[in-house]
Amino acid sequence: MKPAPFEYIRPSSIDEVCALLAADEDARLIAGGQTLVPLMAMRLARPSLLIDIARIAELTFVHDEGDEIAIGAATRQCLVEHDAIVRAKLPLLAKVMPFIGHSATRARGTIGGSLANADPAAELALVAVTLGATMTYRDWTDTRIMPASEFFVGAMETALPRTGCLVGVRFPVWRESRIGIGFHEVSARRSDFAFASAAAQVAFDENNVCTRLSVAVGAIASVPKRLDSVEKALQGRHMAEDQIREAVEEAVAEIEPLSDPHASAEYRRRVAATLAVRAIMDAFGSVRDTHAR
Amino acid sequence: MSAREFRYVSSDRRVREDRRFVVGKGRFAADIALQGMRHGALVTCPHPAARIVSIDKLDARSMPGVHCVVDGHEVAAATEPLPAGLDTPRVQRRPLAVDVARYSGEWVAAVVADTRAQAEDAAEMVRVEYEPLPYVLDGEAAYQAGSPPVHADHGSNVLLDRSFTWGDVEKDFAESPNRLAVRVKWGRSSTVPVETFSVVANWDPWREILDIYASVQMPKYPDQLSAVLKLPMTSVRVHYDVDVGGSYGVKRGIKHAALVGYLARRLGFPVRLVEDRLENMRGGDAHGPERLFDVEVAFDDDGVIRSMKMRALDNVGAYAGRSPFQLGKPIGAIVGPYRIRSVQYQAIAVTTNKTVQEAVRAFGQSPTNYAIERTIDAVAYHLILDRLEVRRRNLIRHDEFPYTIPSGTTYDSGDYHTVIEKVLARAPYDGLIEERNSLRKQGFLAGIGLAACLEPNGGNSSFEPLLNPKITTTTWMESCRVSIEATGAITASVNTTSSGQGHETLVGTAVGEVLEIDPDRIRVVRPDSLNAMPSNSPVGSRMAIMLGGAAFHAAQKLKNKLLAIGAHDLNIPLERAVYADGEVFEKESPQNRRSWQQLVNIAHRNYHLLPKGFEPGLSESHILQVPTGGQLPTADGRVQMYPCFSFEFHVLLAAIDPDLGKLAIRKYLVGHDCGTVINPKIVRGMTMGGIAHGIGAALYEEFAYNDEGQLIAQTFMDYLLPSAHEVPPVEIIHHATPSPHTVFGQKGSGESGYLGAPAAIASAVNDALSPLGIFVNQLPIKIAALGDMIAAAREARKSK
Amino acid sequence: MRVDLDINGERHAVDVEPRTSLLDCLRDKLAMTGVHAGCEHGVCGACTVLLDDAPVRSCLMFAVQADGYAITTIEGLARGIGELAPIQDAFCETHGMQCGYCTPAMILAAHALLLKNSAPTRDDIVEAISGNICRCTGYAQIVEAIALAAERMRGLNRPQDKP
Repeated sequence: MKPAPFEYIRPSSIDEVCALLAADEDARLIAGGQTLVPLMAMRLARPSLLIDIARIAELTFVHDEGDEIAIGAATRQCLVEHDAIVRAKLPLLAKVMPFIGHSATRARGTIGGSLANADPAAELALVAVTLGATMTYRDWTDTRIMPASEFFVGAMETALPRTGCLVGVRFPVWRESRIGIGFHEVSARRSDFAFASAAAQVAFDENNVCTRLSVAVGAIASVPKRLDSVEKALQGRHMAEDQIREAVEEAVAEIEPLSDPHASAEYRRRVAATLAVRAIMDAFGSVRDTHAR
Repeated sequence: MSAREFRYVSSDRRVREDRRFVVGKGRFAADIALQGMRHGALVTCPHPAARIVSIDKLDARSMPGVHCVVDGHEVAAATEPLPAGLDTPRVQRRPLAVDVARYSGEWVAAVVADTRAQAEDAAEMVRVEYEPLPYVLDGEAAYQAGSPPVHADHGSNVLLDRSFTWGDVEKDFAESPNRLAVRVKWGRSSTVPVETFSVVANWDPWREILDIYASVQMPKYPDQLSAVLKLPMTSVRVHYDVDVGGSYGVKRGIKHAALVGYLARRLGFPVRLVEDRLENMRGGDAHGPERLFDVEVAFDDDGVIRSMKMRALDNVGAYAGRSPFQLGKPIGAIVGPYRIRSVQYQAIAVTTNKTVQEAVRAFGQSPTNYAIERTIDAVAYHLILDRLEVRRRNLIRHDEFPYTIPSGTTYDSGDYHTVIEKVLARAPYDGLIEERNSLRKQGFLAGIGLAACLEPNGGNSSFEPLLNPKITTTTWMESCRVSIEATGAITASVNTTSSGQGHETLVGTAVGEVLEIDPDRIRVVRPDSLNAMPSNSPVGSRMAIMLGGAAFHAAQKLKNKLLAIGAHDLNIPLERAVYADGEVFEKESPQNRRSWQQLVNIAHRNYHLLPKGFEPGLSESHILQVPTGGQLPTADGRVQMYPCFSFEFHVLLAAIDPDLGKLAIRKYLVGHDCGTVINPKIVRGMTMGGIAHGIGAALYEEFAYNDEGQLIAQTFMDYLLPSAHEVPPVEIIHHATPSPHTVFGQKGSGESGYLGAPAAIASAVNDALSPLGIFVNQLPIKIAALGDMIAAAREARKSK
Repeated sequence: MRVDLDINGERHAVDVEPRTSLLDCLRDKLAMTGVHAGCEHGVCGACTVLLDDAPVRSCLMFAVQADGYAITTIEGLARGIGELAPIQDAFCETHGMQCGYCTPAMILAAHALLLKNSAPTRDDIVEAISGNICRCTGYAQIVEAIALAAERMRGLNRPQDKP
């Protein structure tokens, strides 16, 4: 399983990267390579040129920008996993990081690499959609911004143009003082691609009324799906599992799940609903327990 | 037989092989770099069945670094067909397909280039024109007349369809108040070692020797290679000192070595083929049984089973290798540990357009154990009796050994009831039941799994003449030579390859035990096939018994010789001479003694002091025939299969999240009786590793195919191997019922754990599902399928 | 392409095609055959080496990407000729292997864990080796080896109560 031959170049600036991408339509970016290299080994991907962006300084950062945390696209997952700012300001992202692949793949794999790969089961894509993150990319000399809801268009497909290079992602920070998070995924083995996943971030007032809710399900459709109707239904209400379940099941019924040898569509739909309920209840539980009245 | 006191046997010694592995100095086949060596890569067929219309090698040949591109015709012209076990001469197998490719992934051409990458580049440029043919994938469908025959000349897809009746089955069925039928399916999985099959071949035309370095575990490998390559066996030198990165049965590699051997001879330089994972999964011919069982039992109201009918239909894939014999070996333990007195057994092997099977750990016994245990549970459920109690009532009792089962095999020894009681006490079983009930109250589907299974060991190929009367093999031997050099240093030989079983440690321990010398002082050497003594490889969990036995006897011959030399030199009758710790002394006057070096000197240098007629030197060997072996089957198909029978009893507690279908093993105990344990670290490792394999086969691993005949699980992303997360802690409870047939009372343990874990896990799942009134009758039990089953059952209950 | 690699503290200059993996470079160009190929698609972990003390899959890196890191292979762990590092000796003590094929990778993963965590729990150990597949042992004796190594290494350099 040796890749087909290719050229390799390691530019030191994003401008160079964009110029190279524009010049060769068979050129591809490589950052961590954890998904690209297996594809190349199986000769399913055959770039003529690999443009290595792993060490471009402009692309590796975690910045606290107040209302948002900005993370550079080439920032390795292990750095984000252990970052203090992320832990403090993006609890949902911090919770999800250990579920991505194995520690050995997080040592090399990048935030941007996972997002640009857009695997339906990718945890980072789910968090990006749940929190309404914003992607920033360069296309030749232009810098463009795109919300996560528009970024993921299909299985392994993003709205990035061929000549585009993701440079960063911004996750909004919730200012509420009482925030709970929940995340669940189901796979055959611990670190496999999920069959279904759900993420939730919920803000509560002092009376444990939900003031704000973001919930999304992943791995069951070609892209992560925000459950807008659930968010509307539960905003301003107390948490009651029956109501949550009813709202979630109604929302999930609208989704056409994938079916494959690993899991049927019914399984995905049913389990996504279960996990979404559990994620929301976890969010509630974590707040209720720490701020007990 | 009471427990014996040993000096080295059973003591907790380190495994000496470990030392080279922890520093990365194992010598695996892919580590072998010969000067001038080039590399092979394969061209594979994408269709499940196709006529090969043409192979255009022109573009490939002109690629950088390429030395040759060969196809099936060229190789077939220079070789004999690969050996098969059954009498099926019209089912011919070649390293590269000839005219017809019969499964997706079959090798149709090979490229040799300076690097593996260049060989792959060229392989892509080989243009094969195919004409797709009808194909069949399902075993039952292949059994039907009219299914497209995988081998047109053979006429049908049936390789084997043989029925045996031992005892008066119909009478026993007629006289029993109850009967029930069970159908279970064992899914296609395999042991999938982390190292793929790798082989280096080098032809020396001046000495006329073909050197083979291979990651191989195969009996009669040089024999078969020489036959296929049309070389005298004295021109084939297989290097047994290559470390093998796991095999568990499957690394037979005959087509790989035949191909590479041919290429090396044609090209005049060494050629190496290291299967990549895709080649291995699709075309390495190392899949395992895919078996459908129909079992019917006749039993009384107490759950005592009188008679059993079993039909086993195995989908062996596109060619017959040795794998159909995996339907024969279980005949030697066809009733498991139970006192069933008559049996009817039908063994069916069919070809389909799937990858070829190879011998998988325990050679068909684990699927058979699964079928037997599922049936026992079914009887218990039917009569609403406790599953443990039904087992207790049917198990062969300690005082009934040696026990001859209807198919003619005699079990050597066992104390199944004691092992079970030990495990239940340790659990404790009542505690498990409480925990299960508590889990159920918390909303889990929780179940306790039980499996009482035999591990036949010692090997013996009596299934060969049983299933193919043209074969008259009744010899199944193993050898060891022990030598003491002039300086007093000791060497002992292992005459085959090892893949982690610790054979060097085994031999050192056995020889040290006999000679009463620290095993670490004994150098274990590995000859190659030109200077090795006969061996039949570590198959059938045989080496503790056979290599241990051969080493023991060879060492014993040396000890006797030393005793005789000492007595002679001390001028005392032999009866008054005592051997202890390498010295010989006079019993009543121990100050009269000869030291080790003195004895050695006499043997090597002082011919005038040797007893009359003695050969000089100190080198003895022993070739051991398998105990209890040596007979052909009777006319009604009765024969002694393996000599020794280890026993394992698994108890586990599993909890299934009903909404997700996700199973977690909360507790796992296994009682294990393999007689005298020669090295506790090795035996424990075997059992734990076997359980991990069993967990894989039960819950995660499957070579799944789609309807288009494509293997879906081609990589480790879809063929799921248990990681450390998926294997829970297991407590092993020991018991030792020594075997009367072996030198230390040892039985084998190379297949332990794997023989009972799948049955036990299936049993736990069914216990967990029983409140819903549903059962799972196939393996693997995958999470989403289980989730769907549970959801459907709950839905059905709701609507009632 | 030429690339300078820092392996076990020594500099090696190699000339490789860009497509040569770090795994193949170590094995074929530098004769460091302790690192093994198991799947070449990043799942089995047999190809594990350390990059700045973190385990990575060397089959998923090209050699041309690997300059500028401190690479550690199994060959870099042994203390001296014929001398085992404590972690290696612990694996021998518990027989944390059988065929030995996954062993160098397991030991490196264990070594990386113990560099960061001198008192790992069983869960910590299992998590640390969960990216390394073993088909022989069922993992029990591997987990025990790592726990034993941790215990022994914690005890080193402490005053001995008894001789």
